[in-house]
Amino acid sequence: MTESPAGAVPGRTDPGRRIELLRQMMRIRRFEERCIQLYSTEKIRGFLHLYIGEEAVAAGLLSEIDAQDAVVSTYRDHGHALARGIPMTALMAEMFGRSTGCSGGRGGSMHLFDAQRRFYGGNAIVAGGLPPALGLALADVLTDTPHITVCLFGDGAFAEGEFHECANLAALWHLPVLFACENNQYAMGTALRREHAATDLALRAAGYGMASWPVDGMDAEAVAEAARRAVQSIRGGGGPCFLEFRTYRFRAHSLYDADRYRDKAEIEQWKARDPIERLYGQLRNAEIIDDRGYAEIETAIDAEIDAAIVEAEAAPLEPVADLTRHVYAERQ
Amino acid sequence: MTTTYRQALTDALREALDRDERVFLMGEDVGAYGGCFGVSRGLLDDYGPRRIRDTPLSESAFVGAGIGAAIAGRRPIVEIMTGNFSLLALDQILNNAATLRHMSGGQLDVPLVIRMATGAGRQLAAQHSHSLESFYAHLPGLRVLSAATVADARGMLWPALQDPDPVVIFEPIALYNSSGESRGPDTVTDIDTAEVARPGNDATVVAYGGTLHTALAAAEQLAETGVDAEVIDLRTLRPLDTATIVESVSRTHRLVTVDEGWGRVGIAAEIAAATAEHAYYDLDAPIRRVCTAEVPIPYARQLEEAALPSAGAVVVAVQEVVS
Ligand SMILES: Cc1ncc(C[n+]2csc(CCOP(=O)(O)OP(=O)(O)O)c2C)c(N)n1
Repeated sequence: MTESPAGAVPGRTDPGRRIELLRQMMRIRRFEERCIQLYSTEKIRGFLHLYIGEEAVAAGLLSEIDAQDAVVSTYRDHGHALARGIPMTALMAEMFGRSTGCSGGRGGSMHLFDAQRRFYGGNAIVAGGLPPALGLALADVLTDTPHITVCLFGDGAFAEGEFHECANLAALWHLPVLFACENNQYAMGTALRREHAATDLALRAAGYGMASWPVDGMDAEAVAEAARRAVQSIRGGGGPCFLEFRTYRFRAHSLYDADRYRDKAEIEQWKARDPIERLYGQLRNAEIIDDRGYAEIETAIDAEIDAAIVEAEAAPLEPVADLTRHVYAERQ
Repeated sequence: MTTTYRQALTDALREALDRDERVFLMGEDVGAYGGCFGVSRGLLDDYGPRRIRDTPLSESAFVGAGIGAAIAGRRPIVEIMTGNFSLLALDQILNNAATLRHMSGGQLDVPLVIRMATGAGRQLAAQHSHSLESFYAHLPGLRVLSAATVADARGMLWPALQDPDPVVIFEPIALYNSSGESRGPDTVTDIDTAEVARPGNDATVVAYGGTLHTALAAAEQLAETGVDAEVIDLRTLRPLDTATIVESVSRTHRLVTVDEGWGRVGIAAEIAAATAEHAYYDLDAPIRRVCTAEVPIPYARQLEEAALPSAGAVVVAVQEVVS
């Protein structure tokens, strides 16, 4: 791995932003907890890949970029989409397969899109989002626009040839890409040490000639700080950066997964580092928030989720007559 | 104006680069080397490395990068050396380029053009000689073109770039050195409809790409024996212009399809099925397919020749359907 780029980066985030990080993480988690219930009552179908445990990455990372920056995500995309600012109503409607969903009911949980917010999927092919991310960044270079592209993917994706093609090409062309690797220690049921000959991913990415370093992915503030440094470096013309967020998913790979490959003790160890409890504990100790403040945030989030569910339930289904729409551009 | 197929492609690239500053070209060896078939020779000097971009040997990365750039409003032309190598980018083409519009509920345009060389005829053996047009014509969300003539080599690129959907253009390797009439900068190919390349009354021969010339040569031979074959150049393999084929068969009552791809489950099979669906009662004879033998293309010249559709085989097939 390389040193994180030097330079002035603002210190600890101010109290307001720290509370916002906490709120965003809570929002992602509560949303998914409700999704589990909706899945068990078959309101939501298909694959459902939960982000619970990894919220610090989405909340910290995406709080550090601008509205004009692009984000490319994976099938584990609810947290990314929420942190990017896609309205919860549009996400929930998509999970319900409704016409008001952010992908018009054609994407579902794994394929959330919002072109207006520059959120380009929701890609269920592992590593499939990386090449287009280079192109989004290339377009910014070609138009001399100072935006960056954040590309999220997992430790499993790091093993795909596409990652290595893209790391080389991005570094070679000096593209403004932030490779955000969420190393949650598993690719489905395969542990990191069983999928990678060398398990220090940041070190390997550095071999492509880009700034690259590991980050505690259970600490939203550490994530935000690393993202701030990376974004500053990329915007300053430093070429792509690679951040390896070391994190953990508390739940199974998807709701179809019996999770037989992980030690209970290991899961408990990581849960002891719950990013929400951690930040909440710190904010409480610093007397920035108390139990009542926490409960108020929770109540507001629950109301937001309730409203999204009510709206999704009431939303019309995409008519079957429109099945073949959006295969080709509609011509006048 | 007579020119080569290669020069027509170069002219088309220059016109596109001149007309629209969003257009850029990328691929393996398109810059310093001048393109592995010489199509982009000179472009790097004239347009510079921002717009003429040499890429590493990373088909998936640079094709996918073209997709991203297209989504973001650029007009990338991605060159893949040959269709065989395009399979390393098939995931990007199928799962992203062809799919993103639909999966996003219509939010994303992917105005990408992918050019690739295709076909056999130079004893390059299997991994450099396959015709994979039908693989791509199978994919909803793509527009798939094949330039069989010098005029279309020049005239297809611009409408392809205007198209809001991803377009794949196949360029038969065997044609790069051929010559023909170029229609000049302002005549564009109609990429919605097939073209009647040679009118006739006795049988319809459907071809595209390199096999258009095979079919036309066969039609000349047949004319000497008094058989007047109509030859259709498909030009667009997806969406397929079934109407032109059906109209022709309704006059000639006979159909032979010629395809350098394998016959089974291929474009020739699709044309036969579409004709059976739409013009069954117009047919006076069984449909015949003249395609590549069901083998990987061999190296030895006589084997390669034997594997490919020949004018002689087309003549025999037409004679069978008219007898
Ligand atoms: C190309 C491809 N191969 C296999 C799969 C099946 N699959 C889906 S998720 C997954 C694990 C990916 O792990 P990782 O990249 O670490 O992401 P995580 O699920 O841990 O977030 C696999 C193997 C797939 N979707 N795409």
